[in-house]
Amino acid sequence: MADDKKFAGYVCTGCGLGERLDAGQLETTATRDGKMQSCKQHEMLCSTEGVQMIKDDIANDAVTHVMIAACSRRAKVEAFNFTDVALTRANLREGVIWVRPDTDENKETTQEMADDYIRMACAELKSMAKPSASGEQSLIKNILVVGGGITGMTAAIETAAAGYPVHLVEKSGALGGAVGSYYKVVPTRSPYDAPAENPIPALSEAIEADGNITVHLNSTLTKTDGAPGRFSVDITTESGTTETVSIGAIVQASGWKPYDANQLPEFAYGKSQDVVTNHELEALAVAANGGPIKRPSDGKEVQSVCFIQNAGQCSDKDGHLTYFAGVTDLVSIKQAMYFKELNGECDTTILFDNLRTPGAGGEDFYRAGQNAMVTFSKGIASEVVPGDSLTVKFEDKILNEQTEMACDLVVLATGMEPNSGPDPYAQLMVDEAEDEAEKAKAQAMLENAPPSILNLQYRQGTDLPHLKNGFTDSHFICFPYETRRTGIYSAGPVRRPMDIQQARDDATGAALKAIQAAENAGLGRAAHPRTGDLSFPSFRKEGCTQCKRCTVECPFGAINEDEEGYPMYNESRCRRCGTCMGACPVRVISFENYSVETVNQQIKNVDIPEEWDEKPRILVLACENDAYPALDQAAQAGVEINPWARVIPVRCLGSVSLSWVTDALNNGFDGIVMMGCRRDDDYQCHFVRGSAMAAERMSKVGDTLDTLNLEPERVILHEVAITDVERAPQLINDMAETVEKIGLSPFKF
Amino acid sequence: MSDLNTAMIEKYRSSFLKEVEANVEEGEWVKMCMQCGVCSGSCPLGKHWEHPPQEIFMMIRAGKREDVLSSDSMWMCTSCYNCIARCPRGLPITHIMHGLAVYSKRLGLTPQKQPTAEFSQIFWDNLMKKGRVNELKLGLSMYFKDGFGQGIKNAMANQKLGQNMMKAKRMNAMEFFGGHSVKDLSGFQKIIKKAQEIEAGNIKDFK
Repeated sequence: MADDKKFAGYVCTGCGLGERLDAGQLETTATRDGKMQSCKQHEMLCSTEGVQMIKDDIANDAVTHVMIAACSRRAKVEAFNFTDVALTRANLREGVIWVRPDTDENKETTQEMADDYIRMACAELKSMAKPSASGEQSLIKNILVVGGGITGMTAAIETAAAGYPVHLVEKSGALGGAVGSYYKVVPTRSPYDAPAENPIPALSEAIEADGNITVHLNSTLTKTDGAPGRFSVDITTESGTTETVSIGAIVQASGWKPYDANQLPEFAYGKSQDVVTNHELEALAVAANGGPIKRPSDGKEVQSVCFIQNAGQCSDKDGHLTYFAGVTDLVSIKQAMYFKELNGECDTTILFDNLRTPGAGGEDFYRAGQNAMVTFSKGIASEVVPGDSLTVKFEDKILNEQTEMACDLVVLATGMEPNSGPDPYAQLMVDEAEDEAEKAKAQAMLENAPPSILNLQYRQGTDLPHLKNGFTDSHFICFPYETRRTGIYSAGPVRRPMDIQQARDDATGAALKAIQAAENAGLGRAAHPRTGDLSFPSFRKEGCTQCKRCTVECPFGAINEDEEGYPMYNESRCRRCGTCMGACPVRVISFENYSVETVNQQIKNVDIPEEWDEKPRILVLACENDAYPALDQAAQAGVEINPWARVIPVRCLGSVSLSWVTDALNNGFDGIVMMGCRRDDDYQCHFVRGSAMAAERMSKVGDTLDTLNLEPERVILHEVAITDVERAPQLINDMAETVEKIGLSPFKF
Repeated sequence: MSDLNTAMIEKYRSSFLKEVEANVEEGEWVKMCMQCGVCSGSCPLGKHWEHPPQEIFMMIRAGKREDVLSSDSMWMCTSCYNCIARCPRGLPITHIMHGLAVYSKRLGLTPQKQPTAEFSQIFWDNLMKKGRVNELKLGLSMYFKDGFGQGIKNAMANQKLGQNMMKAKRMNAMEFFGGHSVKDLSGFQKIIKKAQEIEAGNIKDFK
């Protein structure tokens, strides 16, 4: 096999590299230390001729491994896109010359830096293989949409319009979901001056007419097995017949359920029939059939109505929702306008604390409500006294007084709760609870878990993991549709509270992501964020101890176990973060182009000067998603980094093996800086749990340092955001200061 | 039903809001207030107002008819237009305040001895006599509005100012006798009378 490999290095002298560095020496380093079989220079490697030179070598000289010493691996990716070889990049521009001052006294250390990066790149390349797909993949174009509400219907229509067959599964006997029962909806088109027609009938017609959409009514999913590109899903009807379909990717649009207003006794809900929720008012408006809305208790035409905003939401009280449904102020304006439309001179008052009307036309619609003589009073209701005429007691926040008003009907603007399946990590939350109160809360959640929606046959549970308040987890800032189960996208109010327009936009986005996922799976390529990556984890079975740590710690539940307890990776579920690799205590998990060995070799090939040279070495393990780009930007901005730093990008801090730390210290590194994304509650980790896992693992690094008799300050882990352009280099420079203070490592041989 | 119940039912009903909309100049804007409070925060005399504009608007919606119309707040407005310039909803707040003052005056609900209201009345009466403002008589009316003794005191206190104005020919003592007038005084008075008739005809009864 070894004979088949041919290593070639290329050193770029453009962008000032040739002037600042001794290119000849770099070439020597690549061939002598890096063992490249050939090494060429080019004055502008990313130019057409430069790229052609490399292409020719690959074609004519059977080069299989390419080392490019030029700019950051994040620059010129289109030019240096050689799919048939293993590729590595030594970052001499952003990593060396742009972060070092161009002066004679710095020339030596700058050259040392560049030489080291060449050695590192060559060493990495030696233990890399060209990534290629496993061959297990297949392309199934069917998209499954779970939930036949407005989100699901939109997702189905959009998917079918893109030419992909859809299976639309709805639990009830009709499409339409919550919106289906509404009288009218909040307007989504200019001039936003009146409630608009319900869009459901038109959508139902479109679905009926679409030959690409198969609707399964009265049906649920009883089993979802497989992986993106090859899901096998059992769709079971109420009567018990089961159909098994092959599915490429899934959109979960299981929607929401109204908050249970029985938890609001102070507002006489349940005590008086004339206290209704916003959800129930829709039925009253529909029942009015174009005539005046009548109150439930005695059928009297409503002449005065009071809306109580934020009933049981945005509140820390027991049993209340802590969050705002986002839409309920717009909904109340819409419903107040029902009364203006149907009940003539009806007095309508909306008691609000903070009126929030998001969306393009929100403010216009609010104004339209005011124009229609809906009275908006800034007040907080405390009690509703039942009676023939209801009395609403409230605090007028503008006039600063406790007051009350009488009305025929009270509408409670209650919130939305997600209609999710059980959280697969509920048990884990019980086990890891830090105090009794937290444990009791987690236990209650576990016991009151809703029935499963997807029935996934995954090692880590049957449904999508939750974020907060039961909403499905997704990378909230950057990739909202991506859940923690690859190829399954959540859309609509199951993801976060939202209005109809947002849900429809969400549905369209999720539908397109699902199509991408199915297509990517067909080619064996990764989904977000390492889109297109062909490498996937594999393990050396002889070395595996069946400890199950990888199967438990995978943030995406990608790994199942076979009968003997060995991991099964399901590469199309995998996001290629390497958190399993960082977890493995026996280091048997690797990717073709990223492994414990590829990084270890880089660490070992850094030239460690003798102690009396007084040149420390600092290892920086930077997350390629945020920290590494932040360093690149810092370099562009000309922020200086001390010459002792050697930066190695990692796929995620979760992939960092403790052995890298130990080996680096043993090799004489004086300090180690790890940079990952923000973790835990408001995480920004692109792989959700990777950064948190790393922090947990590294909390034990103190023991290692103890055994080596080293100071604990030598290893530090930071949360770095992509915007930390000034701070990221500063953290490295801080470590240099720390090293200066505590002295060089004694491990220099 | 007892009076108390009737009063309670009237609360937070839009009847007063509708009255304001019908009878107060620019009153149709009141419902558009979004209670942000920028007007109250912008008013240079705000701290002297019993109810700043934002509160007045809320009281109108809450049906506090007597409290609003007998308040002296809208009489405090100096027409600096800060509120109008800043209102995010574009309400002509200054004009609404003047409209409310006029309406309260019409209904006889203006507080007794409200200085702005008193001055306005004196100014109006003075103007109506000749169709022109007679500065000398206007000044004297103001001096003597609280009685003869107080008038003499006021006149003595401002003696120097008066003399200087005469020296500078800003005021003419002869104005005391008759004073200057518009050319067609009876025509002027007819115009005003007609305007007042039209205005009174537009007032809707909300009793």
